[in-house]
Amino acid sequence: MTKRERPYGRWLVLVLFGIYFAVPMLASVEFSLRDVNNTHSLVSWKKLLDEPGLFETLSTSLWVAFGTVALTLILMVPTVSWVHLRRPRLRKLVEGISLLPLVIPPIVLVNGVLVVFRDVPEVISGTPVILVLEYVILALPFTYRALDAGLTAIALPTLVEAARSLGASWPAVLLRVVVPNIRSAVFGAAFLNLALVMGEYTLASILLMDTFPVWTVSTGQSEAGVSVAVSLLSLLVVFLLLFVLSMVTGRRSRDAAAPIAPTPSRGRS
Amino acid sequence: MDPDVSAAGAAPAAPAAVPSRPAAWVKGHLGLLPFLAYTAIFLGAPVVMVVIGAFQDNDGVFTTDNITAAFSDQFGKSFLTSIELSAVTAVIGAVLGAILAQAVLGTKRDGVVRKVVSSASGVLANFGGVPLAFAFIATLGSIGIVTKALAALGLDIYAGGFSLFAFTGIAIVYIYFQIPLMVIVFTPSLEGMREQWREAAENLGATRWQYWRHIAGPVLLPPFMASLLLLFANAFSAYATAYALTSGVVPLVPIQIGSLVSGNVVADQQNLGKALGLGMIVVVAIVMAIYNWMQRRTSRWLG
Repeated sequence: MTKRERPYGRWLVLVLFGIYFAVPMLASVEFSLRDVNNTHSLVSWKKLLDEPGLFETLSTSLWVAFGTVALTLILMVPTVSWVHLRRPRLRKLVEGISLLPLVIPPIVLVNGVLVVFRDVPEVISGTPVILVLEYVILALPFTYRALDAGLTAIALPTLVEAARSLGASWPAVLLRVVVPNIRSAVFGAAFLNLALVMGEYTLASILLMDTFPVWTVSTGQSEAGVSVAVSLLSLLVVFLLLFVLSMVTGRRSRDAAAPIAPTPSRGRS
Repeated sequence: MDPDVSAAGAAPAAPAAVPSRPAAWVKGHLGLLPFLAYTAIFLGAPVVMVVIGAFQDNDGVFTTDNITAAFSDQFGKSFLTSIELSAVTAVIGAVLGAILAQAVLGTKRDGVVRKVVSSASGVLANFGGVPLAFAFIATLGSIGIVTKALAALGLDIYAGGFSLFAFTGIAIVYIYFQIPLMVIVFTPSLEGMREQWREAAENLGATRWQYWRHIAGPVLLPPFMASLLLLFANAFSAYATAYALTSGVVPLVPIQIGSLVSGNVVADQQNLGKALGLGMIVVVAIVMAIYNWMQRRTSRWLG
């Protein structure tokens, strides 16, 4: 950096943005601590634990999240690896399809989902299973980019040839050679899926599923303090998870794109 | 029979390949089958049903009435409101986000500031939705702390016509997640700027302004516009925040579709919702097509 850089201006900008982003969070803290007659107490936080539905919806969302992560990885890790290894020319096709959900607003997708899966067995359409199946689609753009960046950064053909020539089967190659080498990309993709599911409202509410975000909104209509408290909590938890993830992946070499970035970041090199 | 045999004998490879070519093609693309089948069922089919439904009445007969209705009166107006909201929040979000991204890039590469900003951006841009709506109810709602603080200073914003639950309020909340999204999508472009370009310009006697005006500006303009378009599409598609804030009364297209689908308005207007949905897809597709074109121009310099 040259002498002409003005660090004071930069820090002023950072501090102003910091205040801007901190105010609603601090306001949430204050709001969640409000009691009657301008007093403050932990009453909202205590109520939170007694509120009917919190743990049920939270566990539904967690199950949907794990289901989505598992299904996404089972579907996408072999697909993206296969395209990288065998048909590099088809990368554009897979990328194009994977990015399509960006063009289809969730509220429109759910409209079609209601029609297509109207007559399928109740087990699928009437339970959160349908959410898992559709969340895999919603997460495709992030998943593809994370995995693609991860696979681009390693010497995939060499690794696979070495493993094959030593007699490894294809499943073994995937699980014991490819996945460990792109583990930060897999980790990043998994985490993004998790965050997406824990915050997704559009599909869940239209499909009448009682997930955690749906619960937050419906509770907020009667108990604003409780919903503000639970919102603050969920933002903080996701932030901490992401922060820890960036610490873990940052220490390793930048083998994959920043896991939270929807576009693969290109280094200076 | 005779020519066949001689041909096979003369050039065994070529004729043998002909009959098995389709089979070989399928075999060669088997690895893609699960992915293609999955996306066809869970993404392709719903979208196709929306498009078909948009052109049908309740009995399945072809009609363009839904499309006409989707672009007239209250629904036509909701498209304008949605586009206006998305444009305003995209422009403000893009400008502020670019400034923040540039400021963050000046900090230490693996420093805490960068990690905090990138983690916070990831949370607010991808996860925001519902929790942000409640954070802002606590901030700028009618009994929010900032509203009360301003009132104590003699500025009653709600008496002045402001409402968190109308256009301006929703715009403020949207900008709060547009800025982080801009940081995420624009930072790679800023990182691609070569230090040598600045040094070369300085060696040739360029001022700071001239560097930005003639070098950094033109190189960064396409990625900036591309990011802005992405922000537009993001705001245009958003449903959760607006719904959580207004319980579905503000006239935005996603909200209208939501109430048509849930049968809150009139029970037999499902296909009108699909026509509105088709309209949204068209708008976002146009925006993303321009985005792609811009991205390709970007990669010429910053790839």
